[in-house]
Amino acid sequence: MSGALISTPRNMEHIISVTVENKFGVLSRVAGLFSGRGFNIESLSVAPTLDPSMSQMTLVTSGDDRIIEQIVKQLNKLIDVIKVVDLNETEFVARETALIKVHTKDDDRAEALRIVDIFRANVIDSSPSTYTIEVSGDPRKIEAIINLLQPLGIKELVRTGRVAVAREPIRPAVVQAKKAARE
Amino acid sequence: MKLTGAEIFIECLKREGVKTLFALPGGVVLKIFDMLHQQKDIEVVLTRHEQGAGHMAEGYAKATGKAGVCLVTSGPGMTNVITALADAYMDSVPVVCFSGQVPTSLIGNDAFQEADNIGLSRPCTKYNFLVKDVNDLARTIKEAFYIATTGRPGPVLVDIPKDVSQNQTEFVYPTSVSIRGYNPTYEGNKWQIKQAAEAIAKAKKPVLYVGGGVVFSGASQELFELAELTQIPVDMTLMGLGVFPGEHPLSLGMLGMHGTYCANMAIHYSDLVIAVGARFDDRVTGKVSEFCPHAKVIHIDIDPTSIRKNIHVDIPIVGDCKAVLRELNQILRVTVNGDQKELRKPWWDQIHQWQKRHPLTYHQEPDGPIKPQHVVKRLYELTKDRDPIISTDVGQHQMWAAQYFKLAKPNRWLTSGGLGTMGFGFPAAMGAQAAFRDRLVLCIAGDGSVQMNMQEMATAVVSKLPVKIIVLNNRFHGMVRQWQDLFYNGRYASSYLGGTPDFVKLAEAYGAVGLRAESLADLDGVLKTALETDGPVIVDVPTYPYENCYPMIPAGGCNHEMILEDPPELKKKQTGVGKTVPEDKDTVLTA
Repeated sequence: MSGALISTPRNMEHIISVTVENKFGVLSRVAGLFSGRGFNIESLSVAPTLDPSMSQMTLVTSGDDRIIEQIVKQLNKLIDVIKVVDLNETEFVARETALIKVHTKDDDRAEALRIVDIFRANVIDSSPSTYTIEVSGDPRKIEAIINLLQPLGIKELVRTGRVAVAREPIRPAVVQAKKAARE
Repeated sequence: MKLTGAEIFIECLKREGVKTLFALPGGVVLKIFDMLHQQKDIEVVLTRHEQGAGHMAEGYAKATGKAGVCLVTSGPGMTNVITALADAYMDSVPVVCFSGQVPTSLIGNDAFQEADNIGLSRPCTKYNFLVKDVNDLARTIKEAFYIATTGRPGPVLVDIPKDVSQNQTEFVYPTSVSIRGYNPTYEGNKWQIKQAAEAIAKAKKPVLYVGGGVVFSGASQELFELAELTQIPVDMTLMGLGVFPGEHPLSLGMLGMHGTYCANMAIHYSDLVIAVGARFDDRVTGKVSEFCPHAKVIHIDIDPTSIRKNIHVDIPIVGDCKAVLRELNQILRVTVNGDQKELRKPWWDQIHQWQKRHPLTYHQEPDGPIKPQHVVKRLYELTKDRDPIISTDVGQHQMWAAQYFKLAKPNRWLTSGGLGTMGFGFPAAMGAQAAFRDRLVLCIAGDGSVQMNMQEMATAVVSKLPVKIIVLNNRFHGMVRQWQDLFYNGRYASSYLGGTPDFVKLAEAYGAVGLRAESLADLDGVLKTALETDGPVIVDVPTYPYENCYPMIPAGGCNHEMILEDPPELKKKQTGVGKTVPEDKDTVLTA
């Protein structure tokens, strides 16, 4: 019973899965929407789906409920967007991959391999003074291995940003289908 | 038979029913102009600046409800039309803009007159296309018109490289369009509409708050029925003016920053706001946290993003205003019982009190300088029987036009609301005039804003668009000066306009007619002469330069706290000056 703004104080991280047309310029439309309206993107990953005419974007953003509602609606409004799912409304699994090149002196090499082993990571390239390690997992796992490798000296670090997919429903998933205006 | 891209362009436009194209040529669109030159079905209005072409397309669209179409060249042609596209995007005007592009082989090479048209227009169009292959051209144009005119309307850009307009292919015009990511919702949720009907039945102090969405949806009849049936007062936004008859007893006029006292008080103290095709713009809400604090809100809009963007909404209804109102009326016709006039009497008594307490007012001394409000009022009284189309620029004159020109029907009001584009009025009026050659089209302008697209007078003369411009000439950027008087201690930084041309001579220089009302006694005669003149006319009306526009809600202020007249210190300052229009900067500054 008030005309005041709805605002929930909590700034929650949301993972939003966006299915888009696979054509040029779509990424800039999505990125332009976020920059133009002052929404933030923490990470973004894009690749074609099984159907090559579509791409799947996984977007990590944050905001209160009102901002997330606007983000979902504004994404839906883009003509090249086919479907938007706020994965936070359902159960999902998220993964990220990091490629970490570490300096290894003689006595460090065994330590590096032990860490790789513990995290079920892989050494995918090696030189006399470096290992390149590939690790996948949720962001906390990536942070953890980075922390452990840091004392050895990280030469380069590349992260993919998160990709996520909804779990098969144990309870029915709440899916915000494109333009299914529930209002 | 194979057609070139340029021929396909023309065939597509014909099939979309385009009669008028506002255009300015350039290197990469010469093939298209060459083909336009050899046909008779589409009239080309050659503008003097691409911004003019864009605003003319807007004016055409606002007056007809159909898409307005313009054609510009690459590079500077495109950058010039951007303002009009941004304006159309803010005000949801269906415009299809075609831009030339350098040949596909040169794109990205910094070629002569190359610009990234798609990148430039992305944030100010509903959608845009780069056509890389002539085989895609027909389908793209079909989709462009479809996107521009359906759902929440808006501008669409089609970028056509030079080689695409020259290459040939078989012409096939698609009969239908299907875009999997674009399916606007037209029918409102039935359960929500029922909720709305119940809320309306329960409300003691309801207000209808209606905007431009009702105009584009063509729902003024449905709105009228709803208001009459339920006896609910109607507040109109700037964009909604005309959608409900301004003289009707249920109309409270415009609300918002310069809305009527009554319209603002009514929405502030209401217990139910029924927003239809409006978007709770900051010029309407003022301080959002104190906007209609006692009210439940129903919001009907075709664009889901408009709902709950600024304001909490209790009953959101996504759908076309016409479809939703029709359904709402159907329910209400059954459920509304008893004499609504009697039921609403306490609310209307309150409203009538507000109306009486602070009606729109100005003071015109018989031998004093002409007051701008008086010009608008006389213009209204002299022309209301001719059902004129009114355009405005942006500023004080726009607000006075909105307050005093009581429009009876929709699609007669062409103004730049969201973007607030000075220079909009004159070309927009020409666009409307091109659509309705026999109608009376008036442009109420300020001396500041009319100079922003003055070059289009040449277009008006050559293309025989007999628009009448009435310049409320106060030798200031009036709204800027008003803010400086109220909030910047009267320091007139860059608001005094020295060197304003003699508008009478200027009109004559273009081959149009120029008139001036030197005094109040001249005013009616000059206006009548202008209205009886065949071609385009500029009427220069020097007005009292220090007149301020009230009521006014200061930016971020609360809707029931309006400034209703000049504060005492300002009145004192004006005593003894202002009987005449200042002739030079010094006079103004010492005033």
